[in-house]
Amino acid sequence: MLTQEEVSRYSRHLIMPEVGVAGQEKLKAAKVLLIGTGGLGAPVAMYLAAAGVGTIGLVDFDVVDVSNLQRQVIHGTKDIGKKKIDSAEETMRDINPLITIIKHEVALTSANALEILKDYDIIADGTDNFPTRFLINDACVMLGKPNVYASIFRFEGQATIFAAEGGPCYRCLYPEPPPPGLVPSCAEGGVLGILPGVVGLLQATEVVKLILGAGEPLIGRLMLYDALAMKFRELKLRKNPECICATGDVKLIDYEQFCGIPNQPEPPPMSAEISPKDVKALIDAKENFILIDVREPHEFQIGRIPTSTLIPLGELPKKVAELDPNANYVLHCKMGGRSAKGCDVLRQAGFKNVRNMTGGILAWSDQVDPTVPKY
Amino acid sequence: MAKILIPTPLRQYAEKNNSVDVSGATVGEALASLTTQFPDLRKNLFNDEGKLRSFVNVYVNDEDIRYLQKDATAIADGDIISIVPSIAGGLC
Ligand SMILES: [Zn+2]
Repeated sequence: MLTQEEVSRYSRHLIMPEVGVAGQEKLKAAKVLLIGTGGLGAPVAMYLAAAGVGTIGLVDFDVVDVSNLQRQVIHGTKDIGKKKIDSAEETMRDINPLITIIKHEVALTSANALEILKDYDIIADGTDNFPTRFLINDACVMLGKPNVYASIFRFEGQATIFAAEGGPCYRCLYPEPPPPGLVPSCAEGGVLGILPGVVGLLQATEVVKLILGAGEPLIGRLMLYDALAMKFRELKLRKNPECICATGDVKLIDYEQFCGIPNQPEPPPMSAEISPKDVKALIDAKENFILIDVREPHEFQIGRIPTSTLIPLGELPKKVAELDPNANYVLHCKMGGRSAKGCDVLRQAGFKNVRNMTGGILAWSDQVDPTVPKY
Repeated sequence: MAKILIPTPLRQYAEKNNSVDVSGATVGEALASLTTQFPDLRKNLFNDEGKLRSFVNVYVNDEDIRYLQKDATAIADGDIISIVPSIAGGLC
C-alpha cells in the first residue's frame, strides 16, 4: 500500500499505465544492491532512490577524493575525505527520505558475498576491477539473482544483464580475465566524466524494468555505447552450454589469484627501480641518462619533468630502433605501471641499463616537485 | 572489403584508428590483414599459440564467431567485424 505522501511524490509514475499503483508498489517492495558508489553507482543510486525503490543496499569502503568529483555526482566538494557510503546515503536521503538504505561498508569477498547478496532481488555491478566482477557474477549465478552489469572506459561503455533466468552470465562472454596489465584501468586510461552518467542510467533503466516486468530486458544482448561517435550498438550474447552457469559447477574461489594478481606483490629487483628523489639527484648531478615519459601526449601537457622525452608506450616498440641500446634509461608514467611495461620492452630489445621510476609522476609531485599537478 | 571496429583500449596499438578496412574471405584472414597493418595489435589479440585470447570476443555484425564457424566464418563485403575486449571500469 502506498501512503498519501508516496502518492504525491510518485504521481508522475502513477498516472502512467506502464507503472501505475501496482508498479509503484513493486518498486517499493524491491530490494536492489548497488556494488560500488563511484562513477556508475552514483547515477544509479540517485535515480533508483528518486524512483522509489524501497530498499537500496550500498557496498563500498572507499573515501571521496577530489579526483572523483569530475564524474561521481552523488558526492560533492564538501564530502572530500568522507566515506563514500555515508556521502551517498546523505544525497539519497535528501532526494527521497521514504526509502530504506542499507550500508555495507566492506570490500566484497568470497567469504561475505553470498551473505550480503542473498537478501536482495537484483544486483547492480558498478565495480572497477576484474576479480570483483567475476566474484559478483559467480555469486549471482549461485543465488540465481540477475546482475545488471555495466562497465566504462574512456568514452566507451558496455551494459547488459547477466545471470537472469535462462540468460547468459559474465563467464559466457568472457570465460577468463585478461592477464594483469594488458587491459588499462580507468585510473591509467582515464574516463570521460559524463560517460558513467549515460551508462549508469542504462543500468538503472534495466533495474527498474526488471522490477516492473516491463518492456524488453537487456538479457542476451550486450549494449555498446561510444560517446564520441554517439552510437549505440547491440551484440547477441548467448548462454555457453559449457559455462559454469549451464553446468552448475560453480563455487566461489580466490578471485585475486584467478585474475593473476599475486597476494603479496613481488618486489621488483632493486636494480630495476629508482625513486623520484634519486632521479632528481641524477638530473642535478648532470649524470648521463635518458629520461623517457611513456604517457600519452595529453597527460604530458598536464605536467612533466623538464628533462624528459615523450614516447607514449604504444609507440615505444617502433622507436626502439632509434634508441641507443648502450645508454642509461629511466622510464616513468603516471603511477609506474605503464613504464614498467616500457622497461620490459627495452630489456627485451637487449637494453641493459633500464630503470623504472617508482610511483610515476604522482610520486615525483609528492617527493620532488609539488608544482607538478596531480591528476 | 569488410570493416573491423577497433575498441578504445586497443586503438593505441592501431595508430588511433577506430576502424580499419580489411581484406580476406574469413574472419581469420581479416584479423591477419589487421595485424599485418598493425603488428602491435597481435599480442593483444592472440596468445603465444596464435589463438584468440579468451578475454577478447569477435563478432561479425551482431553474432559472436564462437557460435558461427570461429576463424573460418565467412565474411562478405560491407560486413562489420567488432572486437570486444572485457573492460572492468566502473567505480573509477
Ligand atoms: Zn555463463
